[in-house]
Amino acid sequence: MVKEKENSKFPPLVDGKSRYDLSSGKYLRVWQGPQHPGITGNMSLELTICGDEIIDCKTHVGYLHRGFEKLMERRKYIQCFPVVCRICVPEPDFNEYLFAACTEELAGIQIPEQAEWIRTLNLEMARLTSFLMWIGGQAGSFGMGTIGQWTVTLRDYMLDLFEELTGGRIYHMYMLPGGVRADFPPGWINKLLDTLKTVEKTLDDVELAMMHNAVFKMRAKGLGIITPDMVDKYGITGPNARAAGVKRDIRKDSPYLVYDKLDFDVVTGTKSDAYGRCEVRIREMYQSIDLIRQIVEKMPKEGPFFTKLPNVLHWRIPAGHTYKRAECTRGEYGFYVQSDGSDKPRRTYVRGPSYTHAVALMEHLAIRTNIADTAGLMVSLHTYPPEIER
Amino acid sequence: MTEFNELSRQFQVSDLVEQRADLHFITASKEHAVAVVSALKERYGYTHLVFFTVVDHLEKNEFHLTYMLHNYEKHHDMGVVVKIARENVQMESIHHLWPAAATYQQEMREMYGVEFPGSPGLYENFALEGWEDIPPMRRDFDTKEYSDKTYYPRPGRESHDPREYMKENLYPSEAETW
Amino acid sequence: MSDNMNDMDQMQLFNDQGRLLNAGLPDEEKALFCDAAPQVDAPYRGIWEKFLNWARSESLWILGFGTGCGAIELRPLMTSRYDMYQYGVQPRPTPRQAGLFIIGGYASVKTMKRIVRSYEQMQGPKFVLGLGSCTVNGGMYWDSYNTINRLDHYIPVDVYIAGCMPRPEALLAGINELKKLIKDGKGENANKYAENFEWYKGNQKKIIKDWNMPDYNW
Repeated sequence: MVKEKENSKFPPLVDGKSRYDLSSGKYLRVWQGPQHPGITGNMSLELTICGDEIIDCKTHVGYLHRGFEKLMERRKYIQCFPVVCRICVPEPDFNEYLFAACTEELAGIQIPEQAEWIRTLNLEMARLTSFLMWIGGQAGSFGMGTIGQWTVTLRDYMLDLFEELTGGRIYHMYMLPGGVRADFPPGWINKLLDTLKTVEKTLDDVELAMMHNAVFKMRAKGLGIITPDMVDKYGITGPNARAAGVKRDIRKDSPYLVYDKLDFDVVTGTKSDAYGRCEVRIREMYQSIDLIRQIVEKMPKEGPFFTKLPNVLHWRIPAGHTYKRAECTRGEYGFYVQSDGSDKPRRTYVRGPSYTHAVALMEHLAIRTNIADTAGLMVSLHTYPPEIER
Repeated sequence: MTEFNELSRQFQVSDLVEQRADLHFITASKEHAVAVVSALKERYGYTHLVFFTVVDHLEKNEFHLTYMLHNYEKHHDMGVVVKIARENVQMESIHHLWPAAATYQQEMREMYGVEFPGSPGLYENFALEGWEDIPPMRRDFDTKEYSDKTYYPRPGRESHDPREYMKENLYPSEAETW
Repeated sequence: MSDNMNDMDQMQLFNDQGRLLNAGLPDEEKALFCDAAPQVDAPYRGIWEKFLNWARSESLWILGFGTGCGAIELRPLMTSRYDMYQYGVQPRPTPRQAGLFIIGGYASVKTMKRIVRSYEQMQGPKFVLGLGSCTVNGGMYWDSYNTINRLDHYIPVDVYIAGCMPRPEALLAGINELKKLIKDGKGENANKYAENFEWYKGNQKKIIKDWNMPDYNW
């Protein structure tokens, strides 16, 4: 939402875009990124500024393009699993789950109930881990480095849990068609609950230090306001939309795995500016902690976690196409998989939420903000470039 | 499905496929595709453009454009598939319905060579820079051959067909049965 | 190094006076950039060079340019659990202040262009640390059309850390290995870049098709 100023020094806005003449000498074009510590991941903004206010913004992505969708055309289904998880670095589990779920649906595989619970637990842990990383970035971009020191270390404790469960610290390759690769190690659940206690305790401190900080309030309030009517226009999902009061959560609306057996409410806010989004995300972190505890309590104690399947290298998935979605930290994460009956997927399309958030939405929101706030604005939209260009 | 019946009276749509209870695919003709998509958006509440992409069917010489729309009231997905010939592909742009669609179209122009006249920023670089070969996501583009030719593979790297390799070297006795 | 030498025979990098052509730039911008090629810095003599090498190795400042997914392990490294500051390592926002370039994983062609420019802008002595298998031989993306396979064909690399992704401990081990190299006086790879300048440029220009930047960026 752009504030119109009376007799301002800024060029006129037409359809949300500024009309300006760069050669007039009044305006300056600067590049922010890709080599800039305030940019999340690896992308760049081409900013046109007047004084230190931005009048035009253009996002440039593609620095992390690896051609995943092409690479998967060359690989057998099982060989795709080490590849898919690398699409989104901070929470790879969603890629694994969605690709496994699409394959299962096309091949008609039923997974055991225990596997569904373990998958849900894994996804919630991934959400919490990713949020812990994000909150460090959000605080850091507004000049509070200490919070990053706390939360990134907490994230590391979560990664230790992942490592013990799956064998991998960042990339897990844990969910395969048919279930999950391994059961809980002995004593792991207690360790998880202990870690959650630590996370919850520190999160209280983080909330106090961050949300009640006067500088943070002044800088974050009113920055990058998303109105409810923009939500459908720009395809905004996840906390960015929920903070605007739009009550949409895929876990509740079209439940996958065992989310229909869990008891939780959709977190919504009243105003989607940087502060409001931050508030929603912090409440979702508490929600994730609560959900993990519920899962540990409700899940069956015994049972198979993997369906025995024929040799994965001989697989031929029946022809067909499907789309699966899940609620990741940033919004709707989806996989479209098309099979032509051979042993390799014909087409895999990855729908990352940052795709719309970081390009079209960012270009709209950045207008008439300060150049010092762009980093905070980017982080508050919670975008990860690797899933934009894949 | 009532939407499909109503749409088929007005537009050239066919092949309703129920993939799941909450996911249907329909096929629309090239001329009516944008009209079908806007009707779904304006009239039937499919307000969320989930994604918009192409699938290359090289052997049929066809591109399958896929619009995926989501209805938040009914929690239902509708995939609209449009089959168009592979040569000199042009398609109507949908950026007037969703501003975010311009990004999808920009990517498709770069990765597949599908043109969307009128779409903003269509000819700007998206992910690639200085690309001179045929669009890389087309199926007749061989990424391994291009990589070998361009990026000096480090000697010593071997690759095997996993099925044959496992049969011969790793599990000679049980490869067929496991 | 000789196997690709014939590729760059056609490419002309210098004019008759031995100055860089900067052929990628438009004429009005050519005057803005230097046209001198990099030069080899001879080491000082005896104990003075040893002292400088010690000082260089104990204050490695990283350029804050996470070129790939390896950058995610830099954050635990920076923060309180692994705490790289205790080894004299800290991130810097600009190439002019940095002495160590950590290539965090795969480099796509578009990023490679920025890597080359950032690397050339760094002031010597400068060191490069290749993080992850994808810098060694392409790793997971060995057959991708957009990622390079061998980083040492484009910029000189001091230390490689293999793994996908390498743990923060591996990074610390790699940094300590680099420190040893610097203390022994073997870490000066900017000289290697200057000596084989034409070979590196030929390789870079082979993959970066739209070379619209100066040939060497001070």
